[in-house]
Amino acid sequence: MIDKAKAARATNDEAGFEIEAAPDSEIIEGHHQVSEAELKSIAEALIFVAEEPISARSIADLIDVETDAVGKAISELVAEYDERNGGLQLREIAGGWQIATRPEHHEHVRIYLKSKPSAKLSLASLETLAVIAYKQPITIPEILEIRGVQSPSAIKTLLDKRLIVAKGRKETVGRPMMYGTSKEFLIQFGLKDLSELPSIEDFRDLAGGES
Amino acid sequence: MEDNGTLEATSAPAGAPRTESTVIKVAGGQPEIRPDRETDQLKITLGEFEGPLDLLLYLIRQDQVNIYDIPIARITDVYLRYLNLMQELDLAVAGDFLVMAAQLIELKSRMLLPRDPLAVDEEEVDLRADLVNRLLEHEKFKAAAQMLWSRATVEQAVFTRAEMETDKNNPEVAVGLFDLLTVFQKILARHKEEVLMEIEREEISMAEMIERLRNMVRSAGELNLITFFERASSRRQLVVAFLSVLELVRLHEVTLLQRETFGEIIARTASPA
Repeated sequence: MIDKAKAARATNDEAGFEIEAAPDSEIIEGHHQVSEAELKSIAEALIFVAEEPISARSIADLIDVETDAVGKAISELVAEYDERNGGLQLREIAGGWQIATRPEHHEHVRIYLKSKPSAKLSLASLETLAVIAYKQPITIPEILEIRGVQSPSAIKTLLDKRLIVAKGRKETVGRPMMYGTSKEFLIQFGLKDLSELPSIEDFRDLAGGES
Repeated sequence: MEDNGTLEATSAPAGAPRTESTVIKVAGGQPEIRPDRETDQLKITLGEFEGPLDLLLYLIRQDQVNIYDIPIARITDVYLRYLNLMQELDLAVAGDFLVMAAQLIELKSRMLLPRDPLAVDEEEVDLRADLVNRLLEHEKFKAAAQMLWSRATVEQAVFTRAEMETDKNNPEVAVGLFDLLTVFQKILARHKEEVLMEIEREEISMAEMIERLRNMVRSAGELNLITFFERASSRRQLVVAFLSVLELVRLHEVTLLQRETFGEIIARTASPA
């Protein structure tokens, strides 16, 4: 009995800190033994401090547990955030998780931050971006073909804002550069991944329906 | 150019009341009318002009024609009129617009030709199909751009926490006690200086300062210059004190010695040569 306690203490000392496990919480299998409750709070802490959206996989690697367990912990966290309906949301964006304010509080947050909504992209840039997002990887001549107009300044703006990135060269005459959207694009437009973009064919009905 | 109708827009004198005819509406563009100071004319800026497909779409919508059954002859006429107007208004008409004009004219003339009786007539190919597809494709992406715009608007209302201070992004946090003391001393020194300048306005003359230095050196035999400088209660006094040291050295009344590099400097009564 005494030996067991000693051993337990030794392990904790090694880790340098001790987290009280909730008595009825299940132990997650892995190299490291972490209870479900612990895992949830560690995941939340990591998501909070991460500079960029952090993936369940990165969290799993850090704590040394299965990715699925982290995924489950995060879904529970999301449910808790939603249930509480507070000022924060836990959301999936650009392939990772992030804690952010809810949009409805933007007025007060802006007053505090003394921030103004940043300059929006011009219509030309947005249309070019839409073409690139749906047709990537795409070359500049191909963009011209769809838009019917040259868009060098739009391309430059998008590159400057790091919304698009070069994606290698197309193996065709002149080997033109191909472009695609970046991670920054996902972040700025609040997308989990590209598959979250509505299908371009859905816009056809919209477009055709107007005439 | 004949029959401009309401499209005529230029040459109105500045300050003249704006009439309906001074505004050109172009899809996607935000036309802006500004008085040109030099020529006293109104100029039209079309802002974000979105290219020939946009113009064409706009004209089709304006005439409320079915996009799948475009009256090519009519639309071509209107399109060319717009192009003329743009040129007349000194707007740089991009090559893309001219390409589209050429395509429209070609389409128009081909549609006027009687169908080749010898051609295989299994499927009636609509010559306009290609153009319609391009227009529809373009419109899809316009709608997609709209969607992106609203997403961005919502995203701009969402905030994440500010950057945290860590050693990585703020190396200054990682200084030792000594650096901290140095900074603290500097701040103290500055503070002291500021406060004393507020209170004491008495001036001490160069002669008085020289006299003070002379007495201090004489009474003690030697004087650490730091002690002397510290008695100066303002920046001005410090300067005067410094000058008086230089003066007495020049007059060979005192000699200065420093035992080590950056060490303290001692003033002594100069021994008679």
